[in-house]
Amino acid sequence: MTTTEAPAPASGPGPAPSAATDPPAAVRAVRRWGFLLRRLGFYAAAAAAAIVLNFLLPRLMPGDPSSAIVEELQRVSGQQVPPETLESIRAIFGDPDQNLAEQFVGYLGQLARFDLGVSVVNFPVPVSELVLQALPWTLLLVGTTTVLAFVLGTGLGVIAGWKAGSRLDSILTPLTAFLSSVPYFWVALLALWVFGFVLGWFPLSGGYDANLAEGFNLPFLASVMHYGALPAATIVFSAFGGWLLGMRNMTVTTVREDYVLLAQAKGLSRGRVILRYAARNAMLPSFTGFAMALGGVIGGALLTETVFSYPGIGYLLFESLNKRDYPMMQGVFLIVTLATLLANLLADSLYVVLDPRIREQG
Amino acid sequence: MRPSSRGSGLLKGWKVRVGLSVIGFFVLLALLGPWLTSSIPGLDPRANDLTAIGLPPSADHWLGTTQFGQDVLAQTIEGARGSLFVGFLSAVIGTSLAILVGLPAGYFGGRTDSWLNFLSNLFIVMPVLPLILIVAGYMQGTGLWVIALIIGFFGWSGGARTIRAQAMSVSNRDFVLAMRTLGEPHHRLLFHEVLPHLTGWIAAMFLSGVIGGVMAEAGLAFLGISDSGAISWGTMIQAAQQQSAVLRGMWWWFVPPGLCIALVATAATLVNFGVDELANPKLRTVRRSVVRRTRDRANETAVGSDA
Repeated sequence: MTTTEAPAPASGPGPAPSAATDPPAAVRAVRRWGFLLRRLGFYAAAAAAAIVLNFLLPRLMPGDPSSAIVEELQRVSGQQVPPETLESIRAIFGDPDQNLAEQFVGYLGQLARFDLGVSVVNFPVPVSELVLQALPWTLLLVGTTTVLAFVLGTGLGVIAGWKAGSRLDSILTPLTAFLSSVPYFWVALLALWVFGFVLGWFPLSGGYDANLAEGFNLPFLASVMHYGALPAATIVFSAFGGWLLGMRNMTVTTVREDYVLLAQAKGLSRGRVILRYAARNAMLPSFTGFAMALGGVIGGALLTETVFSYPGIGYLLFESLNKRDYPMMQGVFLIVTLATLLANLLADSLYVVLDPRIREQG
Repeated sequence: MRPSSRGSGLLKGWKVRVGLSVIGFFVLLALLGPWLTSSIPGLDPRANDLTAIGLPPSADHWLGTTQFGQDVLAQTIEGARGSLFVGFLSAVIGTSLAILVGLPAGYFGGRTDSWLNFLSNLFIVMPVLPLILIVAGYMQGTGLWVIALIIGFFGWSGGARTIRAQAMSVSNRDFVLAMRTLGEPHHRLLFHEVLPHLTGWIAAMFLSGVIGGVMAEAGLAFLGISDSGAISWGTMIQAAQQQSAVLRGMWWWFVPPGLCIALVATAATLVNFGVDELANPKLRTVRRSVVRRTRDRANETAVGSDA
């Protein structure tokens, strides 16, 4: 990494860069975009790796969709599958005996057409259609709660860190340490039992009242809110503690820096010192974590959606895994991975806005 | 503070002591559990008592029984072994991989670093849980061994980043540079000079790796990836979920194993708190009485100087 950043020797036309003056605007712009370009390169490589992994995993592992279906057919019918049936099955779900390079070319061609194959369980619905149906639910539920948990945890963390050792801090910090140690799905089970079963305040499963037609009308949206409240609350409840702890510790460290003391000595208002001087700098590590959490949104949806049978992408993966729906597993995994990479890239770009040092030094 | 050795300083904090005691208790439970459950009559985790199906906690069964008439207390004790086994094995694998990737990256720098760092960044951005799930899904009929292997194999990347940063800092210190100039072989420097300086980080990483492993096993078991024959806290919760324990109000089935996981994880967090505070004294919160006393004294001297 360091070799590429070494300053190039001055040559050719243009102002010669000197150590005493600021680098010319063009150089600054290159540095500013250099960071993002390098990240872009990394994510492109990561996406390529994910695609190759997605191609290789099912082929390296025992079991493939075609053989699974053939075995299932033989088990059910009790006789050998006729060759024409075998051929048509392999035409749809892939031939395990085909040469690997040929398979890969065919696979890339399919991907280019956003063809993720056909679901075995919901035959003949394309995997891509099922994924696109489930995606908005996950983005809505886990996306909003991730942001909510981040804002809540970071805010409380600043307060706890600013007043380290205070009564608030000494209650909040150990409590959140405990909260973030509790397995998420267990909290969800408890919540389901208490609020869903014992008290009966919330429905036990699903994303909306199945008697209502889907659409942008008030009863349906209200039902979505009602069904989503408990899953959302459990996510926020078990996620905000981690943010609080990280932010608290960073704030404690930042608050004792000289520039914060100077800001206080200048007589700036307390709120301004906390927000503009202490919190902004303390937040940077938390923000890196937030980038990863954003990336983990879809992966993290797995447990939530499984507990509440929520119609998102995590539940789709869970179902396909239980029913050994290989094309579906593959498709969901690829989409989850690519979405994760995209979210990380977006968060990286935001980071450039937040931390000027990256902009200037690259 | 008087100059004391790091170890004894570490044990002075209540957080570390409480944390280590709790972890020690559960390790003991994992080691002695099978002996306990086999030597106490009526405490067999696998025995199906058909006269006691789905009973709430009572004098006979302290934590009640499952839908299959099994004693929940016995299962919780037995589960400690399964869960901690996965936790420790996956932490050993994950920590070893983290060292294997992070140490040379930080020490050699340059092209070695570029490649190794790319590798760990790749594993950091990949969604690990779905990946583990897919791999475990293809490997049908997995045992606790395989689950621990998979968790460890996909769980090293964050640690590698830490090790890399620390190894980089240690490798650039004068004593390492001097020995390098003297022609000391790399493997000697790596394992005898750089690595010992990272023990604290590695220990902390191992501890959180154990907890991560216990949690991951529970999560995977909950999603149906588990060894159906083995008993762990994860498989207990999964069995409860599958038999609709929530809808039947059988809270005593899934509360104890989850509580045990939470206790072990909290204990580990406490230990890590203590270690953090040792490494970063700014985090040490002062006792309020001390603050008040110091402030009063400062005010007194300020008043005194005004006069």
